[in-house]
Amino acid sequence: MNKTRTEGTWEAKAGLARMLKGGVIMDVVTPEQAELAQTAGAVAVMALERVPADIRSQGGVARMSDPDMIKGIQQIVDIPVMAKCRIGHFVEAQILEAMNIDYIDESEVLTPADENNHVYKFDFKIPFVCGATNLGEALRRIGEGAAMIRTKGEAGTGNVVEAVRHARSVLGSIRKLKVTPPEELMTIAKEMGAPYDLVKYVHENGCLPVVNFAAGGIATPADAALMMQLGMDGVFVGSGIFKSGNPEKRARAIVEAVSRFNDPAILAEVSGNLGEAMVGINISTLPDEERMADRGW
Amino acid sequence: MQSVGVLALQGGVAEHATILRELNFNVIEIRTPDILDSISALFLPGGESTTLLFLMNRWGLTEPIKRMGENGFPIFGTCAGAVLLSSHISEMEHEIKQESLRLADVKAIRNYFGRQTGSFIEDISIQGLEDTFRGVFIRAPLLQPLSEKVDILSSVDDGPVLVRQDNLWLSSFHPELTSDNRLHRLFLERSGLLSREE
Repeated sequence: MNKTRTEGTWEAKAGLARMLKGGVIMDVVTPEQAELAQTAGAVAVMALERVPADIRSQGGVARMSDPDMIKGIQQIVDIPVMAKCRIGHFVEAQILEAMNIDYIDESEVLTPADENNHVYKFDFKIPFVCGATNLGEALRRIGEGAAMIRTKGEAGTGNVVEAVRHARSVLGSIRKLKVTPPEELMTIAKEMGAPYDLVKYVHENGCLPVVNFAAGGIATPADAALMMQLGMDGVFVGSGIFKSGNPEKRARAIVEAVSRFNDPAILAEVSGNLGEAMVGINISTLPDEERMADRGW
Repeated sequence: MQSVGVLALQGGVAEHATILRELNFNVIEIRTPDILDSISALFLPGGESTTLLFLMNRWGLTEPIKRMGENGFPIFGTCAGAVLLSSHISEMEHEIKQESLRLADVKAIRNYFGRQTGSFIEDISIQGLEDTFRGVFIRAPLLQPLSEKVDILSSVDDGPVLVRQDNLWLSSFHPELTSDNRLHRLFLERSGLLSREE
């Protein structure tokens, strides 16, 4: 019929992520929570069986959520619905694509299915978001087809320190690459273990070719605004909302804070009287095997 | 240099700003109502319409922008921005009753072409542009005119995707996601902010 129409292109995949900029993506485990998130102004929801804080405390193997549970959430909200697959588990990804999910998070929060390889994301019509702790990791994921990058802050801890570390690492490396002479780019690509053409792209454009969100440990409006002021394009909030005393108020306050992240008077106004924040965990007390950021490479 | 505003609460703000700067306009990011009187036209970007509506109401922008639109002020809404301008908003299954600008006699049917797997790129013809335009449709709405006042400037499979009601322009695709500034230019020309190129 229409000869010029193309679906599932890179432009459409990365384009959706661009439309999420300046927004808050919230983890939800029930249709009721999804509806609350939408009303509070979330730009998308992440449909999960358990939030990271519960995955952490309950232990065991964490897998893709039950498709019926995800469908229940898709039926309730109009905003994009994301879901997680395990690192390297391309069949979970195929299932999520067949369900018309809007975005797949290939996530270290779930137990990895492949210790060496991530999903080859160009095979899919549906876009992927992947975590990265530094620029090399971000460019490797983009090289495999990720259309959106996020930090890999320690999910379920309510502690923003790791997200800040990753954001500073990625953004700092981008700033350095911008002023690096071109003859050094190949050596940098070699040392970073990143594709040369993407290293060159960052050098020439001073940014990643995809949007870059903050994720992991964001629990307050101030945390969210901190990540935005550092230069991130938007935030994911996982356990921080529905593990807090007043999820509805906190969800709205974080959305408000992200939209006015540069205005401390507004941040003061929206941060007040939100009830109990989630109880945090000090990351230095976490045993190595419980650190999710070290999953994937 | 004339100033053009871009609603900067969420979504594809930087993309519109880049195109407008290319056309030599001073770009003002609109987050509060107090700076609305310094601009000559306003762009409502793509993003999530429920989020944009929530934030426009929260920061007191809905009423002032509505008044400007009623008084002939040029406003161009792309995708979610077009949804904000529409008098009626519906999802494929149900009506949405959020407080909105409701300026143009248009029914926006959200996610008409389906969810993300139904997003597509297509070269479209636009009334007023000589060559085809690269239409980037992402979870795009359909823009159904509800009165004679609305002109259809472009359609896909007989469904309207670019419409105009006097000072108000609505597109269901994202001209800001291309490097092509012709549609921005056309709107600004017809709004009297740019002289026509010979």
